[in-house]
Amino acid sequence: MNAVRRVLLQRAGALGAVLAAGLLHPLASLAAAWNKEAFGAKSAPDALKSLGAAGAAASKDIVIEAPQIAENGAVVPIEITSGIPGTTSIAVLVDKNPYPLVGKFDFMEDALPFVKVNAKMGESSDVRAVVTAGGKHYVATREIKVTIGGCGG
Amino acid sequence: MAGPMKMRATLFGGNTDVRVLMSHPMATEQQTKGKPHFIQNITVKVNGKTAIEGEISQAVSRNPVFSFRLKGGAKGDKIEVSWLDNKGETNKTEAAVT
Repeated sequence: MNAVRRVLLQRAGALGAVLAAGLLHPLASLAAAWNKEAFGAKSAPDALKSLGAAGAAASKDIVIEAPQIAENGAVVPIEITSGIPGTTSIAVLVDKNPYPLVGKFDFMEDALPFVKVNAKMGESSDVRAVVTAGGKHYVATREIKVTIGGCGG
Repeated sequence: MAGPMKMRATLFGGNTDVRVLMSHPMATEQQTKGKPHFIQNITVKVNGKTAIEGEISQAVSRNPVFSFRLKGGAKGDKIEVSWLDNKGETNKTEAAVT
């Protein structure tokens, strides 16, 4: 054991610790939140309950733009704009899909409360947009008719 | 599996319009006999700061296309969109606002 070797080993240990800390960081950010309970819910009311949005009030300030009749259920464009001040999140649900919750989008201060997403629809169904603003929940519903289902593949 | 992404960010009426396409099978349970493969998380960043976080399900169409809108913005602002799927695969793309 000489002094040089000891110093080298100590430095190697410190370097290892720094590397480990650096590696841990991206891993932590990869494990992003995904609401398993809400996405696994098999009915829209259950999904809303899991989102903490049961008993949302109907609102005319939420605009759902979508075709009345979707020819291809595999790709149904749904566009949602919230006119409710202080909107922090928009969730999209297709009532009659096996798992109704399609997605939930959280908006920080730099974003406008708008989202356009292409969804699969197994059959004609009500589509709900649930908006959270100032801790309260609001909902708008619209029916979309589907001529060819898009879930079976 | 993580195919290319395409993104366009343009100024529109004083705000920034972001359109992004992700190459992903978005395979449902029915299509895969119980082994779905789909994107779960999406993050949109402006100049390094998170603006939108999305959680999505297998009910989003194959090769998903999303549109988002960001408040204000200027030419050259850097937009970054990334995704993470249920198998831990991930991808991201960057574009400057035009």
